[in-house]
Amino acid sequence: MTKHFFGDTAVLLGRSLRHIARSPDTIITTAIMPIAMMLMFVYVFGGAINTGSDSYVSYLLPGILLITVASGIAYTAFRLFMDMKSGIFERFQSMPIAQSSVLWAHVLTSLVANSISLVVVVLVALLMGFRSAAGVPAWLAVAGILILFTLALTWLAVISGLSAKSMEGASAFSYPLIFLPFLSSAFVPTGTMPGPVRAFAEHQPVTSIVNAVRNLFTQQPVGTDIWIALAWCVGILIVAFAFAMNTYRRRIA
Amino acid sequence: MIHVQGLQKAYKELQVLRGVDFDVARGSIFALLGSNGAGKTTVVKILSTLLKADAGTAGVSGFDVATQPANVRESISLTGQFAAVDEILSGRENLVLVARLRHLKDPGRIADDLLKRFSLTDAGARKVSTYSGGMRRRLDIAMSLIGNPPVVFLDEPTTGLDPQARIEVWQAVKELAHHGTTVLLTTQYLDEAEHLADRIAILHQGRIIVNGTLAELKQLLPPAKVEYVEKQPTLEDVFLALVGDNGKNGHDRNVGTNA
Repeated sequence: MTKHFFGDTAVLLGRSLRHIARSPDTIITTAIMPIAMMLMFVYVFGGAINTGSDSYVSYLLPGILLITVASGIAYTAFRLFMDMKSGIFERFQSMPIAQSSVLWAHVLTSLVANSISLVVVVLVALLMGFRSAAGVPAWLAVAGILILFTLALTWLAVISGLSAKSMEGASAFSYPLIFLPFLSSAFVPTGTMPGPVRAFAEHQPVTSIVNAVRNLFTQQPVGTDIWIALAWCVGILIVAFAFAMNTYRRRIA
Repeated sequence: MIHVQGLQKAYKELQVLRGVDFDVARGSIFALLGSNGAGKTTVVKILSTLLKADAGTAGVSGFDVATQPANVRESISLTGQFAAVDEILSGRENLVLVARLRHLKDPGRIADDLLKRFSLTDAGARKVSTYSGGMRRRLDIAMSLIGNPPVVFLDEPTTGLDPQARIEVWQAVKELAHHGTTVLLTTQYLDEAEHLADRIAILHQGRIIVNGTLAELKQLLPPAKVEYVEKQPTLEDVFLALVGDNGKNGHDRNVGTNA
C-alpha cells in the first residue's frame, strides 16, 4: 500500500491542480480581498497611521501576506468538503491506494495555490511602492516561514473540511484567522494599544510572524521573533496534523 | 465469492442490521432488495471496507473485510448511490485518473476502450458537468470496471434515472456478469431485481427475510391461477415506444405476484 504513496499523491495532486487551472477564479478571489485591504490601508488610512517607518506599504505587506494565506485555505476546506459530498472520496477510499494520499494531495494543492496568490499580492505591493533590499537568503527565509504558516493553517482547514456539515461551515473557520492580524502588529505598532489588547496582540502568533518577516524585508536583526514565529508555526502544524489525521481515521473507519 | 454471516451494525441507538447472512456465487448477479432505510447501503459500505461492522463476518474473494481490507480493496470496485465522478474533469480524464490510481499500464488506451464500450467516445473530451444523468452513471460504472475487479458493488445504480438511461445501465450490468464479474446490486425497484438478478434477497428490518431465485420466490405464494386480463400498455411502454429505446422494451410485465 504505502509503496504507492508518492505515486498516488502525485496523481491526485495532478487532479486538484487541474481543478485550479480550470477555475482560476479561486486564486483571484483569494488574492483580491488582501489586495483591496492593502489599497484601502495604504491610500485611505495609511496617511494617518504613524508606524515610524518610511513606507507604509512595506510596513503593511507582511500582515497582508498572512491574510492572503488565511483566506486561501478556506478553499482547501471547501474542496475537501466537495470531494466528500460528491462521493468521489468514497470511491478513492474503496480503491487500493495509499489512504492518506487523498489528504496530502489537497494539502500540496493548497501550498501551490497559496504560493501563486502570495506572488500576485507581492507583485501588486511592488507596483504600490513596496521595496526591499533583502538578499536571496532573507527572501528564502520569508518563503520558508510563509510555507510553514500555510501548511499549519492548511491542516486546520483539513479538520474543518472533514468534519463540516455544510459548505458554509467548511469555510467559516477561516474568518477568525483573517481577523487575527488586526489584533497584532500587522497594521499598527502594538505600542498604542490599551493594556489587555496589547498583551494579547504581543503574545499571539501573528505578531511574531509579522515582525520576523518585516525584519527580514528591512534587513533588521530578526532577534527572538523568528524563533517564536517558527515555534508557533511548527506547534500549530503538529497539533493540527494530529487532529486532522484523527478526524480522517474516524471518517474512514 | 462474497460471504456474509451474522452481520450487525447500529448507528448509536438505531439497530440497522440485526444479523444478515447471504452468499453470492462467482459470476452471478445478486440483488439486495429493500425499501429506503432497510440497510442496503450499510451492507455495501461494510463489504467495501468503508464501514466496520459491530458483529459478524464478511468476506470478499476469500479476504476478510475487517482484517484484510487492503486485499479486499484490490478485488472490488464500488459504485455508490450518487455518481462518484469528477465534475470538473472530462470523462476521459476521469477514467485515466482511476487507471493511474490502480497503477495500470497505458491508462490512455484503457480510457479510450471504456469510452467506446459505454458509448461515450463523442463526449469523452467534454467536462462531466455537461453530462446527462444517464451518461454520468455510465461513466461512473465504467470507472468501476477499470482494472477488471472480480467483484462489483452497485448501490442503487438506477435511482433517479429516466427510463432510457435505466435500460442503458441494465445492459451494462448484464454485460458485466456476462464477462464473469460478480455483481452485488442493491435496489428498491422490484422490476430491476426481477430483470437482472440471478438471486434476490429481501432485506427487511435489518434481516434477510427471503433469499432465492425469482422462481423460488414466486413459489412462496400460492400457485398462479389463470385470469383473463385485458393488457393495457403501461405508461413506460408508451413512453419508450414514442421516444424509441433501441428496441429493448420487450420484457414481460405481466408477472402477477399479487398476494
